[in-house]
Amino acid sequence: MSTNTDFFEVGADIRDTKAPAGPIERKWSTRKFEAKLVNPANRRKLSVIVVGTGLAGGAAAATLGEAGYNVLNYCYQDSPRRAHSIAAQGGINAAKNYRNDNDSTMRLFYDTVKGGDYRARETNVYRLAEVSANIIDQCVAQGVPFAREYGGLLDNRSFGGVQVQRTFYARGQTGQQLLIGAYQSLERQVAAGTVQMFTRHEMLELIMVDGRARGIVTRNMVTGAIEAVTADAVVLATGGYGNVFFLSTNAMGCNVTAAWRAHRKGAYFGNPCYTQIHPTCIPVHGETQSKLTLMSESLRNDGRIWVPKNAEDCEKDPRLIAEEDRDYYLERIYPAFGNLVPRDIASRQAKNMCDEGRGVGPAVEEVNHRTGETQSRRRGVYLDFASAIERLGRDAVEKKYGNLFDMYAQITGENPYETPMRIYPAVHYTMGGLWVDYDLQSNLTGLYVTGEANFSDHGANRLGASALMQGLADGYFVLPNTINDYLAAAPFEPLGEDHPAVVEAITSVKDRVDRLLSINGTRTVDSFHKELGNIMWEYCGMERTEEGLQFAIGRIRELREEFWSNVKVTGANEDFNQTLERAGRVADFLELGELMCVDALHRRESCGGHFRAESQTEDGEALRHDDEFLYVGAWEFTGAGNRPILHKEPLEYEYIELKQRSYK
Amino acid sequence: MIINLRVWRQPNAQSAGKMVSYRVEDVSEDMSFLEMLDLLNEDLTVKGEEPIAFDHDCREGICGMCGVVINGAAHGRSASPVPTTTCQLHMRSFADGATIDVEPWRAGAFPVIKDLVVDRTAFDRIIQAGGFISVNAGSAPEAHSVPAPKAEADRAFDAATCIGCGACVAACPNGSGMLFTAAKITHLAMLPQGQPERYSRVRTMVAQHDEEGFGGCTNIGECSAVCPKQIPLDTISQLNRDLMKSLFKR
Ligand SMILES: Cc1cc2nc3c(=O)[nH]c(=O)nc-3n(C[C@H](O)[C@H](O)[C@H](O)COP(=O)(O)OP(=O)(O)OC[C@H]3O[C@@H](n4cnc5c(N)ncnc54)[C@H](O)[C@@H]3O)c2cc1C
Ligand code: SF4
Ligand code: FES
Repeated sequence: MSTNTDFFEVGADIRDTKAPAGPIERKWSTRKFEAKLVNPANRRKLSVIVVGTGLAGGAAAATLGEAGYNVLNYCYQDSPRRAHSIAAQGGINAAKNYRNDNDSTMRLFYDTVKGGDYRARETNVYRLAEVSANIIDQCVAQGVPFAREYGGLLDNRSFGGVQVQRTFYARGQTGQQLLIGAYQSLERQVAAGTVQMFTRHEMLELIMVDGRARGIVTRNMVTGAIEAVTADAVVLATGGYGNVFFLSTNAMGCNVTAAWRAHRKGAYFGNPCYTQIHPTCIPVHGETQSKLTLMSESLRNDGRIWVPKNAEDCEKDPRLIAEEDRDYYLERIYPAFGNLVPRDIASRQAKNMCDEGRGVGPAVEEVNHRTGETQSRRRGVYLDFASAIERLGRDAVEKKYGNLFDMYAQITGENPYETPMRIYPAVHYTMGGLWVDYDLQSNLTGLYVTGEANFSDHGANRLGASALMQGLADGYFVLPNTINDYLAAAPFEPLGEDHPAVVEAITSVKDRVDRLLSINGTRTVDSFHKELGNIMWEYCGMERTEEGLQFAIGRIRELREEFWSNVKVTGANEDFNQTLERAGRVADFLELGELMCVDALHRRESCGGHFRAESQTEDGEALRHDDEFLYVGAWEFTGAGNRPILHKEPLEYEYIELKQRSYK
Repeated sequence: MIINLRVWRQPNAQSAGKMVSYRVEDVSEDMSFLEMLDLLNEDLTVKGEEPIAFDHDCREGICGMCGVVINGAAHGRSASPVPTTTCQLHMRSFADGATIDVEPWRAGAFPVIKDLVVDRTAFDRIIQAGGFISVNAGSAPEAHSVPAPKAEADRAFDAATCIGCGACVAACPNGSGMLFTAAKITHLAMLPQGQPERYSRVRTMVAQHDEEGFGGCTNIGECSAVCPKQIPLDTISQLNRDLMKSLFKR
C-alpha cells in the first residue's frame, strides 16, 4: 500500500488570519473601526465583480451598490432570483432571545463551534453570532414575510442540535423568502444604475495581474461569447460543490468551477473533504434519478424516527408493526436530544440501521467497485407522524408541515398522513471551500469569497439554519465593511484587452472549450458524472477508510483520463449549449474529487460529518484527535497531476473549551 | 413504460421551429418529467444528435426556472388536483404509450431562446420598476418594533410564494403577466413596511408590465388555475384597487 505522503506535501503553516487583537467581543467593532474608509465620491470610480446572486452574492452586490460602488454581478441562471439559496426550507438562526430561553450571542457561538466539532475558527463564528440579530431586522425591513404569532410578533422554532428556539422561518420556504428579499434590494440597485446584472453568464477563469485578482473571464451562455471583464476587486459567492456526488440535494447547476479556477490560480482550498450529509431526504428510487429532495429538518420536531426491531418486518406495511416491535433508535441511544440530534449523528445512525439490514422501502442493488460484487439493501428509515397527528390533530400538523407533506406525496406517490414517510441521508452542503482570512479575503490579494463558497464558519459539520445566516452575514454586513479597506488603495491601473494576463486567461478558456468540443468520444458527460459521484459517495461519503480513499484516488485519475479522451460533447460553442456547460463543470469536479479524497485520507480522525472508520470510540461514535488535527487543512495547487501542498492553519480555542462532543 | 413525445425544436430566436417526434423507452413512473427528458437527451447525445434544451435548476418546485407547456397545459396536468411545476410532475401522471406534446411558454414578452427555453427577463424589469422596499443594509430598526397583524402577514405570505415561473403568462390567452405582478403588489402592500411606497409601486410596476409587451388582464382566470403556488385571483383585485387609489395619491 502506498503511504499518504505519496499523495501530498506539507508546506508552511498559516499563522495569521488577520483578526484584530483584543477580547472576542470587541474584535469586530475594532476591525470595522480600523478598516480604511472610501469617501462616497471616490466609490463611484471603483468597480467590484461579484460572481453569484444567492444570499451571499445578492446581498453583497446590493449592499456594495447601495454604498455607491460600481458592481458587476453574475449568475448562470436566467434571473438572480433563482440562485440555489432559494431552495432552503427550514429556517435561519439568530440570537434574538425572543423566547427568553437564555439564548445569547455567546450561546449561538458556542453551539456553532460545538456543532462543527471544534474545527471552525472562533473569531469568525463569534462575529457570525454577533451580527445574526441584525440580519432579522434587515430582512423584516425588506418585507420578508417570516412566520408570525397572533400578537403580530415573529415566531421561532428549534432546529437539530440545539436546545433553544432561535430559528426564524417562513413556512417551509425560508430560503425563497430571504432570497427574494435580497433580490429585490439587488433589482433596486439595478434600477439605480449601481449594479449591472449579467444573467446566463458563467465565470470560467480568474484574471490575476501582479499578484492581484483583477477580473474574470465569462461565457455568455446564450451566444457563447467569451469575454474578459476587469475591476478593482473580485468576490466569489458561487455556492457549494456538493454536486461532485452527482446525487445531492443541490440544484442541478451548482458547481465548483469558479472556486476551482481560482484554486488553480493559487487560492488555497480549505477542508475540501468536509461534506454535510443531511439525514432527512427522500430515498433514491432508481438509476435514472437526477437529484435528491430534502425534507426539511423541521420535521424532526414532531416526527419520530424508527425502523423495525426485526429485519423480517422490513417488508411489512409499517402500520401493522406493533409498537413494541419498533426501534426508535435515536430516542433510545440519545435520550437527551432524541430525534433532534445533529445531522451527522442522525445520518450515521440511519446508515447503521440499514447496514444492519433493518432499513425499509424498496431494496436497491449496491455494487462494490473494488470487488465488482453486488448486494441488495433497503436504504430508508421511517419518519412517523402518527403520534403527532394523535397529539396535535391532523389540521395542526397540516398547518405546520402541509407543503412538505404535499411535496413528499408528489414525489413518492404515497400519502404521508396515512403511512410514515421514508427518509435516508443525502449529500447536502459542503463546509469546505476557498480559504479566507477574517476579512473574507482569500490568500490571493483582492479575491474575496463569501457564503458556502468559503470554508470559514461551520467546521466539520454545519448546524441547521446556519448557512442562510452566514450567507446574509457575509453579504450584508461583513464583506461590505472589510472590502473598503482594500479598495481604499484603488483604483488600480486600468487593464486593456491586450494585457498579457487578460489575453492568457481568455486563451485558456477558449482552448479548453475547443478541446472539449473536439474530443467527440462515445461516453456522455452525465455518465462520467454519475460514475464519479458513485465513487465519491462510496469512499468519501458517510464513512471513509484509508484503503477506500486510496482506491478512489486511483479510480478518479483513470476516470479523468478517460473523460479527456472519450467524452462526447455535442453542438458548438457559439450556441446555447447545455452539454458544453455541464462538460466544463464535470471536468472540474474530476479534479476536485481527487483533492477531496486526498484531504479525507490525510485526516486520520473522525470529525463531524467526516467519519473515519479507523477512528471511533468503543460505542461507535466519532473520535477526534485534537493533538494531531486541530487545524484547517488549506491546500495549494501545484499543477495538474502534481502533489498538492498542505498548509495548516492551527485552530486556537480561547473562549470555548474543547470537549469530545456528546449528545447522549 | 413507453412515451411518444412531440417536442418543439427551434435552434434559436431567429429561426423557425417545428414539432419533432421521439420515442422514449424504459420510462419509470417514479421519474419526473424532466428525468424522462434527461433519458431522451442521453440517448440523443450517444447518437450524436443535439439534445433538447430546457431550463431547470432546483428540480424541487421552488426556483421557478423550469416550465414547458405539456399537452396544452402550462407545467402539464398532474394526477393530483393541485397544479405543480414541470420538475415536480411525475410520469405516473401519464399512461403507458401516451403521446405527449411539449412546447415552450408562448407569449410575446417571452421570446424563445432555443427549443423549450424562453427569455423571462421581463419579470426582473417589472421588479426593477418598484417591486421592493427601499431600505439600505445596516439601517433597519429592531424587527419587533413593527408588529404585523397575523391575518395580513399571512395574506402577504400567500402572495409572496410566487416563484416567477411564468406559467400564468403562458396560460393566459392575452399573454398577461398580471398574476405575477399582482402577487408582488399584494405581498408588499399587506405589510407595514410596504406602506410608504405602496401607491407609487403599483403605478410604476403596472406601467413596466405594459411596456414589456404583456397583454392586459380580462379576468379569464386561466393564470391562477395553472399556478403551481396557487396565487389567488383576488391578488389581481387587490392590484386593481391599489391602482385606482394610486390615481388620487402622490
Ligand atoms: C434543499 C436545501 C435546503 C436547505 N435548507 C437550509 C436551511 O433551512 N437553512 C440554512 O441555513 N441553510 C439551508 N441550506 C443551505 C443553504 O441553502 C446554502 O448553503 C446557501 O443558500 C448557499 O448560499 P450562497 O449564496 O453561498 O450560494 P448559492 O445560493 O448557491 O448561490 C450561488 C450563486 O453563484 C452563481 N454561480 C455559481 N457558479 C457560477 C459560475 N461559475 N459563474 C457564474 N455564476 C455562478 C449561481 O448562479 C448562484 O447565483 C439548504 C440547502 C439545500 C440544498
Ligand atoms: S403567479 Fe404563479 S404561475 Fe405566475 S409566475 Fe408566480 S408562481 Fe408562476
Ligand atoms: S427546476 Fe426549479 S422549479 Fe422546477
